[in-house]
Amino acid sequence: MFTRNTAVISAAALGFTVGLASATESPGLGQPITEKEAAAWDLSIGPDGVGLPAGRGTVKRGEEVYLQKCQGCHGESGVGTPADKLVGGQGTLMGDQAPVKTVGSYWPYATTLFDYIRRAMPLGEPQTLSDNDVYAVSAYVLNLNGIIGSRAALDAKSLPKVKMPNRDNFYIVYPGQIK
Amino acid sequence: MTEEFDAERVAGNGLLDRRIFLRQGGGLIGAVGMAAGLAGYTRPVHAETLVVPDWTKTPGAWLQGYTQPSKFEGKVVRGPLPNNLYNGIGPGNARTPLQFLDGMITPNGLHYERSHNGIPDIDPASHHLLIHGLVKRPLTFTVEALSRYPMTSRISFVECAGNSGGMYAATPAEGTAQSLHGLVSCAEWTGVSLAMLLEEAGVDPAAKWLVAEGADAAAMSRSVPIGKALDDAMVALYQNGERIRPSNGYPMRLLLPGYQGNMNVKWLRRVKLLREPAMTKDETSKYSLLVKDGKVAQFNFPMDAKSVITKPSPGINMTASGLYEISGIAWSGHGKIAKVEITADGGKSWAPAALSEPVLSKAITRFRLPWRWNGAPAILQSRAIDETGYVQPTRDAQIAARGSRAAYHCNLITSWGVAANGEVKHVYA
Repeated sequence: MFTRNTAVISAAALGFTVGLASATESPGLGQPITEKEAAAWDLSIGPDGVGLPAGRGTVKRGEEVYLQKCQGCHGESGVGTPADKLVGGQGTLMGDQAPVKTVGSYWPYATTLFDYIRRAMPLGEPQTLSDNDVYAVSAYVLNLNGIIGSRAALDAKSLPKVKMPNRDNFYIVYPGQIK
Repeated sequence: MTEEFDAERVAGNGLLDRRIFLRQGGGLIGAVGMAAGLAGYTRPVHAETLVVPDWTKTPGAWLQGYTQPSKFEGKVVRGPLPNNLYNGIGPGNARTPLQFLDGMITPNGLHYERSHNGIPDIDPASHHLLIHGLVKRPLTFTVEALSRYPMTSRISFVECAGNSGGMYAATPAEGTAQSLHGLVSCAEWTGVSLAMLLEEAGVDPAAKWLVAEGADAAAMSRSVPIGKALDDAMVALYQNGERIRPSNGYPMRLLLPGYQGNMNVKWLRRVKLLREPAMTKDETSKYSLLVKDGKVAQFNFPMDAKSVITKPSPGINMTASGLYEISGIAWSGHGKIAKVEITADGGKSWAPAALSEPVLSKAITRFRLPWRWNGAPAILQSRAIDETGYVQPTRDAQIAARGSRAAYHCNLITSWGVAANGEVKHVYA
């Protein structure tokens, strides 16, 4: 049994893509689970919005959550320090000036904001905000950057449609080599 | 002696043939010759230095369950540790003291660390690895179950994409090999081929990427092309023979040999197969390169070839003129190191260094070259060439190509300036 496994590993190590049709014999100790059961851990949000949960949040509610949960590290209205600056910096990515990379000036996808806040923020108590409040804080930060209006609300349909200002400046290097 | 060594000159300002230590090393004559030539060993031996020491006349310490380095090696620690900005929690990094180490392997307690919200205290009995998404059979694996799988071992470096980022600065940052380049380490990793686990789950042909996620309080996540996952990716359980340290992902981490450190997700708990990358925070807003004209180069995965001289280096100064060994480390995320060249005259002439075996793909390679220092100021540099033919670029070339605002993936040639008093400093040359 292990001989065949070793052959597969060797082929992989040599850089071949293992053919999906090839039967790989393993000890087979993985425990089956349904996607429904896996959902409790599945935090991934795609740039197309796949994975976004139900719920909705307004800029107004987002400001309330921000004041309570975010401002201590990200500063008033997202000016930063000690944590990342969230607002401003548009126009600083050109030329030789010091770039100010913020959600507004740099981030290419609005969905990333929801994904990251939900999984990792606030720093001291991650994964404690409700989905509604994650939508709301996302909306507030986008509004601070002038990307959505102050009366806007976000949900699974509207968030992926938000076009980020720096989106078109991103290009994918893989599988090449950065110059 | 001097004339003999001079006949071995291979490049300007005292660089000697890489084989002289090999030729002389086996015999008594060679050893005496080296001792006579090496700075710091030229003082005559006095009788009082040969007294029988106390530790020979007293029984030593009793056995320990897990030994520690000598108390005289207290300076060999990770650092400089950053100030904590968030009352004892949050992101940080600790750098490997490259200038105090030799060989190719980083001891586990000195492996560099970058964590985004602390080190989770994971009970392996309660940890699960979930594989799901575009698979025929979503599966979970316990640590105990994975420990029964056939293991594979490889020696691989891991390097933070932000390593050496200070070299983009307009003026040379003061620092040591550790503070400038210490976000790289090399260990023997042992674990289960990720390809085997993916095959067990049954990969849907539509899956082109996977997103890997950690169980830490940042739930760190990164997208990985399926080709890499089925090539040499590993779910690593052991680091240099023992279970992975908590700071490096206990009880399991993803190992993607040669790829930027951040993708080698620690505390791995979930792998989801996808059609497209997830565009996570750490592959969009971080670890992407702001290059020219405001463009952003994304998904720069392999770490390009790099080298740095660790001896001498800032803090590891020269003393009297004489024969020294220049030594350092080189690595490439694209394969084996083919050659390392050294200059002692700021790049006017170069000589090939000896590469210590084993020279392994995507592992640190130790290089060495004898140098007769004449006591005059000198500029030392090393440049790595990997098996693809790629040559580590000069500072000017790298900055001309991508600008100086890229922050990540800096692999330009480092210059150490040696002053007449032997002090070594980081300089631009």
